[in-house]
Amino acid sequence: MNDLKQVNKSKKRVDAKAKVTGKAKFGADLKFANMLYGKVVRTKYPYAKIKNVDISKAEAYPGVEVVMTAKDIPNNTFGVIIQNQRVLAEDEAIYIGDGIVMLAAESKEAAEEAAKLVEIEYEELKGIHDPLESRKPDAQLVMEGTDSNQVVHHPLRKGDVETGFAEADLILEREYSTHYIEHAYLEPEAVTVVPNERQTLVSVYGSVQNPYATRDAVARVLEADLSQVRIIQDNMGGSFGGKDENISSMAARAAVMALETDRPVQMVNSREESIIESYKRHPYNLKYKVGATKEGKLTAMEIEAVADSGAYACQTPFVTWRSVVQATGPYEVPNVKTDTYGFYTNNPYTGAMRGYGSPPTCFAQESLMDELAEELGMKPDQLREKNMYRQGSHTASNQKLDNHTVSLQEVLDKAKESINYDKKYEEYSKEQTGEKKRGIGLAISYRGVSLGAEAIDTTGGIVAVQKDGSIILYCGLAENGQGLRTVFSQVVGEELGVNLDRITYMEADTSVAPESGSTVASRSTFMGGNALKKAAKNVKETMIEFAKEEYGVEGEIIFKDNALYTDSGKKIEDFSKVASDAFHSGVFLSSYGWYKAPKISWDEETGQGRPYFTYVYGCQIAEVEVDTGTGQVKVLNMAAAHDVGKAINPANVRGQIYGGVVMAVGHALMEDLGFSDGFINHTNFDEYLIPTAKDIPDIDAIIVENPDPAGPYGAKSIGEPTVELGGAAINNAIALATGERHYDLPLNLERVLIGRDLSREG
Amino acid sequence: MAKVKVEFKVNNREVQVEVDPTERLLDTLRERLNLTGVKEGCAVGECGACTVLFDGEAINSCLIPTVQAEGKEVLTIEGLGTEDELDPLQQSFIDYQAVQCGFCTPGMILSAKALLNKNSSPTREDIKGAIDGNLCRCTGYEQIIQAVQNAADGEVEA
Ligand code: FES
Ligand code: FES
Repeated sequence: MNDLKQVNKSKKRVDAKAKVTGKAKFGADLKFANMLYGKVVRTKYPYAKIKNVDISKAEAYPGVEVVMTAKDIPNNTFGVIIQNQRVLAEDEAIYIGDGIVMLAAESKEAAEEAAKLVEIEYEELKGIHDPLESRKPDAQLVMEGTDSNQVVHHPLRKGDVETGFAEADLILEREYSTHYIEHAYLEPEAVTVVPNERQTLVSVYGSVQNPYATRDAVARVLEADLSQVRIIQDNMGGSFGGKDENISSMAARAAVMALETDRPVQMVNSREESIIESYKRHPYNLKYKVGATKEGKLTAMEIEAVADSGAYACQTPFVTWRSVVQATGPYEVPNVKTDTYGFYTNNPYTGAMRGYGSPPTCFAQESLMDELAEELGMKPDQLREKNMYRQGSHTASNQKLDNHTVSLQEVLDKAKESINYDKKYEEYSKEQTGEKKRGIGLAISYRGVSLGAEAIDTTGGIVAVQKDGSIILYCGLAENGQGLRTVFSQVVGEELGVNLDRITYMEADTSVAPESGSTVASRSTFMGGNALKKAAKNVKETMIEFAKEEYGVEGEIIFKDNALYTDSGKKIEDFSKVASDAFHSGVFLSSYGWYKAPKISWDEETGQGRPYFTYVYGCQIAEVEVDTGTGQVKVLNMAAAHDVGKAINPANVRGQIYGGVVMAVGHALMEDLGFSDGFINHTNFDEYLIPTAKDIPDIDAIIVENPDPAGPYGAKSIGEPTVELGGAAINNAIALATGERHYDLPLNLERVLIGRDLSREG
Repeated sequence: MAKVKVEFKVNNREVQVEVDPTERLLDTLRERLNLTGVKEGCAVGECGACTVLFDGEAINSCLIPTVQAEGKEVLTIEGLGTEDELDPLQQSFIDYQAVQCGFCTPGMILSAKALLNKNSSPTREDIKGAIDGNLCRCTGYEQIIQAVQNAADGEVEA
């Protein structure tokens, strides 16, 4: 594996040229003959009875083709885990993004005008907007047909926390909260549904993150066979977990209208519509109790985490499950009791967002470790070194970490060295004069790769060598901007010795590629890479067999530089010639590769088992400057060291790290929905602020490589771990700078200045 | 509303359109001229995805009524570089992995172009300033800044 040609190289992205020339088409760029423009009318109130809906004026508006309500939808509910999300609200609206009426017209303008003419009579009701209220036994119920607002409860029990706390010399109890985060993908949701196209009932084009999940939803809503619903993914203008259920709902609406009118229907959200309707990152309330000996050994941890699921179950059961596994952080704790809950409220529903359930728990637990170190009079890194996982350690789930390299020490050391941690820590620990004070803070984590025990974890891929030696790849995993087309092409190119310009990775098309699960959980490189590598290996074996017979060669055959060679280095034939000869001899040069993730296990009652088959490790250290006169925090530098197993494309990996770090800076310091009593007040980028080029720290993206035995070329993952550490690292840096600790996100001006957020009670 | 006739140049081609006085340049470019490299990300002048050059200056086409384009020269991403020879900025974005999802990319490149038109040796801070109005949620800006810097320095592998 020393002379890799494609893998472990910063190959240019295969889709970059189309994107820098403006040729790349995104969902809203598509045009179909005879197309209609769809629009949704949403509720005015977060919780209200819908007393009457009058669509007559809208129907009469010139250019309007169809106006529909929930009654016109064959099957109004869908969902990946629990099918309780409604395509349109019928009797009551239960959160501010609920749609009530949909319509389609000849032009966008007509659709917009007609939408204004829909008359809805409401009876506004008092909703529940706090999961701590909604969990009370006598709370009013959010979801029809349930007997409690609890969506899920994941317990974890290890050892005995009472004994553990009795052994402790110091016990700390702290409460933390984290807030809603909007994905803020630059491209608002866009979908076009074409009815009765070719062989299928509907074809759905657009920015679909998880084509198979969207297919399930559309087929369910239309009561159609999966084979009759075809999802074709276009270029995605970012997703970060965010174009799943909301896109399914949009696609289902467009599909119903497309079938009704027998015309293509396009729906594109404005930014405001996107922010109001789409799901968010779960806000969490977290209670932590930790015990340690005076030498700094952790003896027990007790955790209660409450997540706000909003109006629908969506992915709450899985998101909160990831929180359970990571709640204690990467530390050996002999006694653990964790309870993680999700509750319905009349708030925006919450679902997958880069990091899934880990950013809230990482924020709390790594902030807590820092404070514990301070109380014990230890340096933050020393306390961590004393307790963190090593080779062979047992996790809170009692999984022994021995099938991969546990590299916490390495990521910690590399990040510390890069940012000169020891020296800066010493300097900033001293009294600082002037308004501007500096601090440095760190956070470490371990993170399970792929879905884990959440769901069945399989991926399929097809490698099809054409008779001219060019190659087509199919896989159901989706290019969301992360560079998956390039990475998969590299893996297959490496296996078959073919350069990337001969390889085409087709867009995800549910009627062509095998169902591959969702492009989530930072699983794509690992799962899709393995599936396509297998397929490529099969093709390679066929070609070897053919070459031996056809050209009379013996011994090992080496595939490189677009050709086949003998082991003594003599060229046998060009790859394209072999492909052509094989084709004309009737040899089949395509193969399926199917990859099933290694075995895992989980006990729902105790939270014990083997939740993930492997883990990645990371450390981020933030250096900040706090203006104590204004509360302004500037992140000056960030060192981010991540063990990715093996970087298939180092430039892409660095891009993921830069992007994730900056996203975490936004989450920690500025992003705020302006949420109050079920309403979202910050609905566009003038108020929902995300980092601009001027807000970014200087980032050292440090790639650490300890190949994983199960990963393709040893690769694991990178997308999500980059975003889970920044919050705590920045919080800890602020604490060192100002001497004050904070427990709630975001760390905006008021919080940092006076310790609370003026825009709300908290 | 009475339609207004507007004549201007887009990507070096004369165009003539008849539009409502309120029609946005963004819509004229996307819908009438099929220049879909111009993107809509916010419609309020905050994201820069709709950036085009307007007589060489970077502007948000979602904020400009088309009537204001009368007699102007508009450049969109489609007019930058040619099929065989990309603009050095485009090449540099490819070389420095400055593209992820690509939705911000056209606007980003055009804002950088406006900068390089005026300042051929910008500092890192100059570059940050020039693209401050262009949001990118994917890249964290770092590789974009490097790409612009290197395009300016002429260190692009053509
Ligand atoms: S669409 Fe014009 S600035 Fe966002
Ligand atoms: S590359 Fe996705 S927004 Fe910039």
